[in-house]
Amino acid sequence: MTMWPEYQNIFTQVQVQAEPEMGMDDSGEMSAERTKSATFSTLVGILGNAQLGPIYLGFYGIISLATGLLWFNIVGFNMLSQVGWSIPEFIRQLFWLALEPPSPEYGLRMPPLNDGGWYIISSFFLLVSVSCWWLRTYSLAEQHKMGKHVAWAFAAAIWLFLVLGLFRPILMGSWSEAVPYGIFPHLDWTTAFSIRYGNLYYNPFHCLSIVFLYGSVLLFAMHGATILAVTRYGGDRELEQIYDRGTASERAALFWRWTMGFNATMEGIHRWAWWFAVLTPITGGIGILLTGTVVDNWFIWAQEHYFAPEYLEPYGYESYVEGGQ
Amino acid sequence: MFPKWFTEWNSKNPTNIYGPAIVVGAAGSAVFAAALLVSFGQPFATDSMQTGPRGTGMHVAKYVTDINTPDPTIEDYYTDEPYIPEEGEELAGDIYENVQVLGDLTDANFNRLMNAMTQWVAPDEGCAYCHSGADEGIYADDDLYTKVVARNMIQMTQSINENWVGHVQANQEVGVNCYTCHRGEAVPSEVWFRIDPVNENAQGWSANQNRATTLSQFTSLPSDALYQYLIEYETIGVHDLESRVAGSIAEGEVASIQQTERTYSFMNYFSNSLGVNCVFCHNSRAFYDPGQVTPQWATASLGISMAQEINADWILPIKDVLPDHRLGPLYADAPKAACKTCHKGYQKPMGGLNVIADWPELATTGTPVYE
Repeated sequence: MTMWPEYQNIFTQVQVQAEPEMGMDDSGEMSAERTKSATFSTLVGILGNAQLGPIYLGFYGIISLATGLLWFNIVGFNMLSQVGWSIPEFIRQLFWLALEPPSPEYGLRMPPLNDGGWYIISSFFLLVSVSCWWLRTYSLAEQHKMGKHVAWAFAAAIWLFLVLGLFRPILMGSWSEAVPYGIFPHLDWTTAFSIRYGNLYYNPFHCLSIVFLYGSVLLFAMHGATILAVTRYGGDRELEQIYDRGTASERAALFWRWTMGFNATMEGIHRWAWWFAVLTPITGGIGILLTGTVVDNWFIWAQEHYFAPEYLEPYGYESYVEGGQ
Repeated sequence: MFPKWFTEWNSKNPTNIYGPAIVVGAAGSAVFAAALLVSFGQPFATDSMQTGPRGTGMHVAKYVTDINTPDPTIEDYYTDEPYIPEEGEELAGDIYENVQVLGDLTDANFNRLMNAMTQWVAPDEGCAYCHSGADEGIYADDDLYTKVVARNMIQMTQSINENWVGHVQANQEVGVNCYTCHRGEAVPSEVWFRIDPVNENAQGWSANQNRATTLSQFTSLPSDALYQYLIEYETIGVHDLESRVAGSIAEGEVASIQQTERTYSFMNYFSNSLGVNCVFCHNSRAFYDPGQVTPQWATASLGISMAQEINADWILPIKDVLPDHRLGPLYADAPKAACKTCHKGYQKPMGGLNVIADWPELATTGTPVYE
């Protein structure tokens, strides 16, 4: 341990490795769905808590893992089937392969299995899996008598997921509009989606989503840096600082107020971060939902609303090379 | 810092510590090199060509060494000035038997062109590549498929030079001759065959994409773009020209994401064929807008129509003449042409070299004009 300072390491607190913390069980029934053992890892301790386990799966966790695994396997075996069950080819083409949604002509009907049918089936399992995982975050928070902030934040991401795979395809009248399950193919979908609908950068909700995304990153960095910087004054005990403001909070607040004239509070900064994070998929989802349903060409829409700038200089390299017209 | 089992294993298995030192040294050097790159930029000079208004980011960036290195096949280009025919000179059609397309050339010009074609297309094989009896001085027979194809290709070249001036002489007199595609090879490089469906056990849009193929430009985009656009005349444009239009994707009334990906695949082919990027032709903020394209967009559009005509009128019809080993692997289709067959990755084939000035015989389907 000598190369690591005693009271600081990269991200987290001093490593404690002793009798594992097995968690409370005040009703006498709560540990029934919890695994029974826990281990310690110094390596894991460098990145977070050194204790691994126990894990609580419960009803929702089991369903979620099972259906998620079904989705994963349906996607994987479809990819394997597409390369003629050749493992080397499967590995070689893995990033290119995909389970595609149905061809457009099937609309919202059930297509043949080899033209999107498996996609529909696997998507159903993925929907069950994601929903159960959300219920898990909710019920776990309830068991801990916590607020439901994690569940609602996750719900914001699920909103975007549902827009992409369920709401918008239904409004468009075709499952073919859903996103393929594949590494490169889903990126191609993203590019094609922007190109098809006349450049998503002119979609104001896309703009908002980018603002919140980059804003989240900025807030995350500012907050993380601020807390690390005042850790030496006890600032890492954020909850204590919230109800009993000390010199750490004072210094952090002064730093930002003198830097930019405004500072968040020890409690409020977490609300800033939470709202920026959840508004990213919420606004993004609105933007996606409007595309192809309400607006078909965002660039023309931007021209109609007077915010696409015009360029009067000529096009073509002939106008710009030496000796050109 | 390491788990106990790791430390124990280490103490039981003493090993040379200088091995890891090499790894650490290599990793350290890599970090150092990366830091240098970030601080000073990559060391190879680039140059960029502005293609649109300031503020639109329209420019094509290239390595200076690439710009200064011309297509290597230009060096091997063979040409020969024409002989101005004299009044009453005897014509090839009267001198030789079975001259179907170049009959109105004088003997000197006819043999001049025959010699050049050998240099352009079959420099190693020589006359006998097309004329089986060349060694015995017999040239009239059509028994080799190569001769039949060559005749067809001469007519194609004449037709391109006569009817597609807007493309092959877009900026100045350039034109095409056999060497534009062949570059000293019997079968030109960058010909293509139909390969879709590329996926097994799938149909529809699940079958024609998501594979790294030459026809998908090694992307996961559809591999049937060249076939659908250049042979089947599918619509390339996918955009709606109003902010809101009615129409169902399921009914095929408006373009789908899948069609957009196919167009994207085709545009990737364009870029790679010409060694340019999107903004050589388009303002990428509004790909569809004819008011925001460069003059090169019009030249390229003509090129698409030209490639469609070349395939339909001159290449598909010779399929039955070709032997099996010249046909495609899946559909036994004729080797087809597209942008890269001529351009070979350069904006202008052979850097815009005028390949028609010396060859009035190939410039027109009618009687050549010598000046």
